[in-house]
Amino acid sequence: MNLTLYVWRQKNADDKGRLEKYEAKDINHHMSFLEMLDVVNEDLIEQGIDPIAFDHDCREGICGTCSLIINGRAHGPELATTVCQLHMRHFKDGDRIYIEPWRARAFPVLKDLVVDRSALDRIMQAGGFVSVNTGGAPDANALPIPKKNADTAFDAAACIGCGACVASCPNASAMLFVSAKVSQFAYLPQGQVERKARVDRMVKQMDMEGFGNCTNHYECEAACPKEIKVKFIAKMNREYMRAVVAK
Amino acid sequence: MKLVNPANKRKFSAIVVGSGLAGASAAASLAELGYNVSCFCYQDSPRRAHSIAAQGGINASKNYQNDGDSTWRLFYDTIKGGDFRSREANVYRLAQVANNIIDQCVAQGVPFARDYGGLLDNRSFGGAQVSRTFYARGQTGQQLLLGAYSALSRQVGRGQVKMYPRTEMLELVVVDNRARGIVVRNMVTGQISSHAADVVILATGGYGNVFYLATYAKGSNATAAFRCYRKGALLANPCFTQIHPTCIPVSGDYQSKLTLMSESLRNDGRIWVPKNVGDKRHPGEIPEEERDYYLERKYPSFGNLAPRDISSRSAKEVVDEGRGVGETGVGVYLDFADAIQRLGKSVIEERYGNLFQMYERITGEDPYTVPMRIFPASHYTMGGLWVDYNLESTIPGLFVAGEANFSDHGANRLGASALMQGLADGYFVIPYTIGDYFVRVGVSDIKADHEEFKKTEREVEDRMKKLLSINGKRSPATFHRALGKIMWEKCGMGRNEGGLKEALRDIPALREEFWQDLKVTGDNEELNQQLEMAGRVADFLDIGEVMCHDALDRAESCGAHFREEYQTEEGEALRNDKDYCHVSAWEYTGDGRPPALHKEPLVFENVELATRSYK
Repeated sequence: MNLTLYVWRQKNADDKGRLEKYEAKDINHHMSFLEMLDVVNEDLIEQGIDPIAFDHDCREGICGTCSLIINGRAHGPELATTVCQLHMRHFKDGDRIYIEPWRARAFPVLKDLVVDRSALDRIMQAGGFVSVNTGGAPDANALPIPKKNADTAFDAAACIGCGACVASCPNASAMLFVSAKVSQFAYLPQGQVERKARVDRMVKQMDMEGFGNCTNHYECEAACPKEIKVKFIAKMNREYMRAVVAK
Repeated sequence: MKLVNPANKRKFSAIVVGSGLAGASAAASLAELGYNVSCFCYQDSPRRAHSIAAQGGINASKNYQNDGDSTWRLFYDTIKGGDFRSREANVYRLAQVANNIIDQCVAQGVPFARDYGGLLDNRSFGGAQVSRTFYARGQTGQQLLLGAYSALSRQVGRGQVKMYPRTEMLELVVVDNRARGIVVRNMVTGQISSHAADVVILATGGYGNVFYLATYAKGSNATAAFRCYRKGALLANPCFTQIHPTCIPVSGDYQSKLTLMSESLRNDGRIWVPKNVGDKRHPGEIPEEERDYYLERKYPSFGNLAPRDISSRSAKEVVDEGRGVGETGVGVYLDFADAIQRLGKSVIEERYGNLFQMYERITGEDPYTVPMRIFPASHYTMGGLWVDYNLESTIPGLFVAGEANFSDHGANRLGASALMQGLADGYFVIPYTIGDYFVRVGVSDIKADHEEFKKTEREVEDRMKKLLSINGKRSPATFHRALGKIMWEKCGMGRNEGGLKEALRDIPALREEFWQDLKVTGDNEELNQQLEMAGRVADFLDIGEVMCHDALDRAESCGAHFREEYQTEEGEALRNDKDYCHVSAWEYTGDGRPPALHKEPLVFENVELATRSYK
């Protein structure tokens, strides 16, 4: 099939950026979306045009590196799917496809479709851990954890940190991301000691990074490739209230 | 082992390259001890290292199932699984610390699978008769990596680790026969800079992307390790590369990577191809008597659960005979029809639902109604930089952890052992052995403004300029693909003298073409993914050649290394313990010259060498 792409091109963080039009020819429907871009890039290189820069790594939907807005939707039209797992059979000959980077104040564009998501790392550094040094751990079975709690903690822990939630939110809120980590630890006994300090510090850092707040659009849940639920945001809000009221 | 006084630890600094299981756990543990750590990764965040993609689980001999597991059994299974080509002492230590890893991860809040009593659940995996594998759904690697990442993040927050994401190590700096630091490129600005430390720890993963199509991440590369090899570190057993039997086959020339389907599928799926060459009928139209369930036929007692190397080779055989399936003819069926009939669709869905969904997403076919198509793919490298028991390479002060070293898996790695080794090295080996090294050598007096750093920076800059100035016609990816084809055909699942000799002619010719006809767009002083790729492909070309030298020299078949000349009458691997019970460690001797071979004899004091049989 043949497609027309409108791709965000931006030389660096200082450049203003613009959409450029490219033709993607003879695209096989078995290709992944990123393989389609590979083919387009090979073609651009042949023409002497700088290929389109985009982030990607594992290409199996787990590392959270790929990050494209396709026709206005983070990770494209398929539910519970990262861009690297989106295949061209979901498009048809003659389609026009708009490809843009994650857009959020806290995610500055570095080049073309590549953005800087280090704000998410800084939130984790502020409190997204259990303070246990190597070597100081009790036997793994010393502390039974009800299966229900372990499973719920896992549902939250499945977050791959891609930032699609931020990119989809009209407020560019990172609350789904932060709440996933806060909830994972809140449901586990290992997380109890630092429970209040953790949510307090992570929320502070989240605000400092320039992410917005949640106003219940649920766009994040719809975009999340790992189907993290907004119930975790409610959980985080409760955790946060516990922490600040207690202060 | 000597110890560093707590008050003196702050005087020492360590560089950790890589932030996967081995790198992140080493960086965090060293920082906890009080050392000053710098950690580098090419990804935009340390959480994205490819350890994250491991599905199945992590082994430990907790014996929670009361099924007779022990440190000794885990040790023996790993040695035997590696076809008696690994070092006893290292593997025993690995088995000893495995239990501590599980404790550590649980304490970090890793959500392992649990039973209804709230205790940890286990499952069984290939090559073992006990249930010793801990898992977190199909995302064990992700959860363990996020655990190590959280420990690392804590130390970054404390200021004890300085993290450098989107930064690629391009050279090792050695002064007075001691590793003193590294030269890196900032992948956003292109800036080349030097970092000095008292020790350099390499945890940069394997080189399996030498095959181009692999289950590795696209960015996984061998440049850091290969640069160390050029500076004098020996490369051990490079031909020991694992080809995983159950991956989704290639669908076309544009294919950029291969995706693994968990080995657990072979518990219920039956593997077959048509009996007749060129039978292109739809699988449903091929009657039972015209199907060849070749694993069940050849290995009646293990059937579809034959080990990885054997299953992979058998798939290659039937495809080479022209009996492969799918549009490309390079694949075999993994059929669940019998299992669905026997157990019902809902049981299969419960067991493999997420894998079936993943398969359907990639291929567009419904595996509940049409048999899956699978084919082997490059998945892991047992070979790597040579290290001693302390994980120190032949360059003093250069330590190597995780998949990047050769230490524990011999000629074949068992499932669920990669995660175990990465975390063992990072949490429980490196923190001890580094201290001993510091006491032995003292604080390094060489800083990043030393002439050797400046010289190395200039070499790296020149290399970037050279790659950019060739201005030929072919992109780096086309060369990588061409190399992958040579490696896969000549140094893949089956190897022979003739093919390896051809590869040793073809690779230098391809390298010649690379340095004459390469085209890299853009400049150094910007985010330039083509330039990154070009440098990596250049090093893959060289490492591929060393692999072929090693495969040619090792005139025996063992584990994943199958030399077609050395097989039993039934087509099984024929080991030669008399001549090859050693580690082959290769030394760089200069460009265009063959590497020099050093042999470390493998002495087995506690286990008896035996033949693996799965009939």
